[in-house]
Amino acid sequence: MVAGATTSVRRTTLWLLAGVAFALGAFFLGAFIGPVHLGVLAVLQGTVAHLFGFHSHLSATDDAILWEIRLPRVVLGGIVGATLAAAGAAYQGVFRNPLADPYLLGAAAGAGLGATLAVVYGPSGGFADDLVPVAAFTGAAFAVVIAYVLGRSAGAGASAAALVLAGVTVAAFLTAVQTYVQQQNVQTVQEVYSWLLGRLATSGWHQVLIVLPYAVFSWTVILLHRRLLDVLAVGDEEAAALGVRVARVRLIVVAAATVGTAAAVAVSGLIGFVGIIVPHTIRLLAGGSYRLLLPLAILIGGGFLVATDVLARTIISPAELPIGVVTAFFGAPFFALVLRTSRRGI
Amino acid sequence: MSLGGATVVDGVTTAVERGEWVALIGPNGAGKTTLLRAVASLVEYGGRISLLGDDAHGLSRGERAKRVAYVTQNPTMPPEMTVREYVLLGRSPYIGYLATERKTDHDAAHAAVARLELEGLAHRKLSSLSGGERQRAVLARALAQRAPLLLLDEPTTALDVGRQQQVLEIVDGLRATEGLTVLSAMHDLTSAGQYADRLVLLDRGRLVADGSADEVLTRALISRHYRADVRIVGESESGLVVVPVRGGGPG
Repeated sequence: MVAGATTSVRRTTLWLLAGVAFALGAFFLGAFIGPVHLGVLAVLQGTVAHLFGFHSHLSATDDAILWEIRLPRVVLGGIVGATLAAAGAAYQGVFRNPLADPYLLGAAAGAGLGATLAVVYGPSGGFADDLVPVAAFTGAAFAVVIAYVLGRSAGAGASAAALVLAGVTVAAFLTAVQTYVQQQNVQTVQEVYSWLLGRLATSGWHQVLIVLPYAVFSWTVILLHRRLLDVLAVGDEEAAALGVRVARVRLIVVAAATVGTAAAVAVSGLIGFVGIIVPHTIRLLAGGSYRLLLPLAILIGGGFLVATDVLARTIISPAELPIGVVTAFFGAPFFALVLRTSRRGI
Repeated sequence: MSLGGATVVDGVTTAVERGEWVALIGPNGAGKTTLLRAVASLVEYGGRISLLGDDAHGLSRGERAKRVAYVTQNPTMPPEMTVREYVLLGRSPYIGYLATERKTDHDAAHAAVARLELEGLAHRKLSSLSGGERQRAVLARALAQRAPLLLLDEPTTALDVGRQQQVLEIVDGLRATEGLTVLSAMHDLTSAGQYADRLVLLDRGRLVADGSADEVLTRALISRHYRADVRIVGESESGLVVVPVRGGGPG
């Protein structure tokens, strides 16, 4: 067993190093690839110069492209991808449902309704750009709270099945309201639609600074529950017999995952499939223990979304594809594969 | 030490002594599983359950888990989890809310794996185990919990006669070497009579008989409460054998 534990530590370390390498590789690609060629060394030197306060050798224009356009977008993609993947893995853990994603309890529908209301009824002008993220965040959090309260009242101790059903109910209702509002205000459909499809457009570091505290909070709380998520894998009753307060763990993890998801949705719209593809790929490759799955989900989720964003802005360059379309384009076939594998007993 | 003293299903009162193996028997729906779940504090109940002298209601969930290990009838076994990871889950009651396992926990899991002779399977995934191996892994997890009271709900369901015997012998051995007290729900009356010190017969939530195999496994009691026509064959060495009679049954 001691030898086994050492092997296990070595394996974990190797996987984490691979995750770090993947994330760094994707970040570098994201910073390097773009309409203006900056050069490998220039990207590295310019980044290091800004991080450590050195003088950058880049021209003022190139420096602005790197520091004000590409890097904020890469970092935002990394944060959003990491948050969605960690939240997806956490939801799959607390609900013991391999098909759970960060939007399971109605966060997407709530954010969609919030954004729609802000676009349709909110003021126009500069202030509106700030209002949509706030409305989306509030809508997502509101939807999950309602689903949780509803699920708790229906099932003793907030059972997983009752919560999922409550989430489906809340999502259906909020989507109906959103559709109605949109139909009554068809002139705003395009604006709402482009937001719903997801995008990582940034203006400097503004969005990064908005989402970062929520993301770090969400990652930290979820990571701290990695052992308990492993215990929940044996089911509510057996976990309770092992001394775990199942309903409390579920509430805390759902709350943390929701805060992260709502913040991610607020700055990037609805980006689907990351929360399912990334955790499942890791499960297939590195195993199902949340001790390794969660940190890897953060690293690989971040790297994955940055890499996807590179595709989104290069495939039909100079135009951009909505990133939600790209993740779904690769995600749907992958999801079918996961379903096939699940039916074989995973 | 007092383990038990339950008023759970409806007026069931009994005490289980340290080191004793008590089998709960009775027809389907008699309340055997409910009684076990109450002792494990998994259902709300009125009345009093005393665990090592303390009222279970007064103990925290963690404290109860240090005293009672519960093996359900169909344990959930995450297919991707290794045997070693699974057995380590038994240490949960000893680990702080956000803490991780310490050396003592790894040592306890290691000892449980060794005791159930699972060393060679420690790194295998649960999905790759046979029925008998799975049941040994479940018992190893319960043993790692280091709880003095072991609750078993139909521990031999879906096992062939050889694996049934192996599991029951293992439990009997654990009782002897680890000083465990065992409370098990059992359908197989012959096994219950052979392995348990005492049988408690429940029917529709009530305790209807409590005593040794000789006292409880009688044709009259089984006929009345199981509505079955059986023959009891006595064997001096291995205990009683309960044999259903062909052509018998309700009525």
